Amino acid sequence: MTTYYTKDHEWVRVEGDTGTVGITAYAAGQLGDVVYVELPETGAKIAKGADFAVVESVKAASDVYAPISGSILEANTALSDAPEKVNEAAESDAWFVRIQIADKGELDGLMDETAYTAYCEGL
Amino acid sequence: MSMNTMGRPTAPASVSAAAIETVSGSRGLLQHEDLLFEIGTPETTGVDLPKPKGLKSRLGGVARKVDTGLPGLSEPQAVRHYMRLSQRNYAIDLGLFPLGSCTMKHNPRLNEKMARLPGFGDIHPLQPQATVQGALQLIDELATWLKVLTNMPSVAMSPKAGAHGELCGMLAIRQALIARGEGETRKRVLVPESAHGTNPATAVQCGFIVDEIKADRRGRVDMADLKAKLEKSDDVAGIMLTNPNTCGLFETDIREIADLIHQAGGYFYCDGANFNAIVGRVRPGDLGVDAMHINLHKTFSTPHGGGGPGSGPTVFSEALAPYVPVPYVNKDEDGIYRLVEHVDGDASESFGRMVAFHGQMGMFVRALSYILSHGADGLKQAAEDAVLNANYIQARLKHVMSPAFDGYCMHEALFSDAFTADGIETIDIAKALIDEGYHPMTMYFPLVVHGAMLIEPTETESKAELDRFCDALESIARRAAQGDDTLKGAPYLAPAKRLDETRAARKPVLKWAPEDTSKVAAE
Repeated sequence: MTTYYTKDHEWVRVEGDTGTVGITAYAAGQLGDVVYVELPETGAKIAKGADFAVVESVKAASDVYAPISGSILEANTALSDAPEKVNEAAESDAWFVRIQIADKGELDGLMDETAYTAYCEGL
Repeated sequence: MSMNTMGRPTAPASVSAAAIETVSGSRGLLQHEDLLFEIGTPETTGVDLPKPKGLKSRLGGVARKVDTGLPGLSEPQAVRHYMRLSQRNYAIDLGLFPLGSCTMKHNPRLNEKMARLPGFGDIHPLQPQATVQGALQLIDELATWLKVLTNMPSVAMSPKAGAHGELCGMLAIRQALIARGEGETRKRVLVPESAHGTNPATAVQCGFIVDEIKADRRGRVDMADLKAKLEKSDDVAGIMLTNPNTCGLFETDIREIADLIHQAGGYFYCDGANFNAIVGRVRPGDLGVDAMHINLHKTFSTPHGGGGPGSGPTVFSEALAPYVPVPYVNKDEDGIYRLVEHVDGDASESFGRMVAFHGQMGMFVRALSYILSHGADGLKQAAEDAVLNANYIQARLKHVMSPAFDGYCMHEALFSDAFTADGIETIDIAKALIDEGYHPMTMYFPLVVHGAMLIEPTETESKAELDRFCDALESIARRAAQGDDTLKGAPYLAPAKRLDETRAARKPVLKWAPEDTSKVAAE
């Protein structure tokens, strides 16, 4: 089980051919209090780099980009009623979707935790 | 002596008035006020009419059987309610509005007088054209002024607001592409990341795909990014660019941007929201613009306090002129003004009609009054004063706050939150401004600047008023830099304290409901 990070502050935790995707704690902190999360339907296809969800804070609405291509196995519908989870547990309970990964080769070029932490410090 | 025994000390005694709570909830002469639902009850009424006799209901079986639950109030109760609320309002007639012309600058009273002339105020859009020649002439004269000030050959007067003008411009671009046989292939519209949110929304509304261009370190369009986006150009419909841009900066590369877009086969839509900063000095037609809306409230002082009524005439270049929407006013050779209302004849290539009638007549009268009372030189001076005032604020505050970009600004001074101590945010500064008696500035926009504070004083303000404002903001900024935690609780002196925006957004309560709804529900 390995977690990868994008420059746009999404994470994907890979187990076999499935990946769990969310936004990072750093991103949640920058957004401020999250008040709404819009998630895709189960079965929807998502493409690496394209937006697949929207996260809204009091300050602004932001698109969330797919770190990897695939199809949605499950969306974390608990976030609709409890968007505050994104602020409380961005990188665990507040995952956005589980996806069936189409091409694991796409993971190349994503950052590991150490690289991502260093990347955030440089921002 | 004859002694008047009614004498009494008339100088105030020195008693501390700190933290006095009142029984009534009013503070001094500022009245406490509850909701209408809490003042009145369904059982009381402000009118006392006898029950009508011999009146047969014509509602069949659908007459309401259950009480509406609406409160009954007497006329003085209702009058006082709204009067009390109005005293909590903030208005341009009350003080400086750092939100600037987006919301309001001074509305000259002469405009109001002109708009109330019966020949303008009391006419109907369906009146025979022969009876409203003066009104049609006014629309034509305003149209001529707008064409001259922008150096553009054509104008659509009917759009009802700035965003509606954007829609008008982009629909004309779409129509032009369809006429070229490229309506299906040219779908990509370039929009800078600092753009007004309405720009991408308009593009999408017209069926285009938005492609974002980055801002460079100077707060302007990143030319390298733009050129990269234009390498493959056969799908480019155009660009939507605001100038001066939302960072309050003039896009100095605008001529080159226009040339690049035209070489790529696209059109140049300019968001004219900030035309008030350049009117009389720069003509968009000279910059290669193909379409641009003009917000009459921003540049020509029409009222906009409650968000409307807007008016967004849109000017067009030669290339887009054939596609302007109907209706528009033409002056015949015999001096008669006629409305061109149908898509045929001279207007056969028009993309159609956007509104039922001719536009916001009341706003046209006010805008032309403003233009004529200022004259060409006065308009230019108003733009220069707006820019001077913003630069005065930037110069006075740049030592305590963090200007977002180097150099002079246009009509808006933009600061980031870099100067604040950890834990103090833009929102705390905005709320503290309320305690100082000012409406907050635009905050957290544009998004390209962290914790943005955007201040547009407009030409309305005198130096004395600007100094008062700067003194207040300077003192707040110093407290923010020192990490003064009391800012987190501001405002302390306003009728409403710090609101819980998070809870309001997560658990919105959108209507008032009585505490006990069981009675109504049971019926």
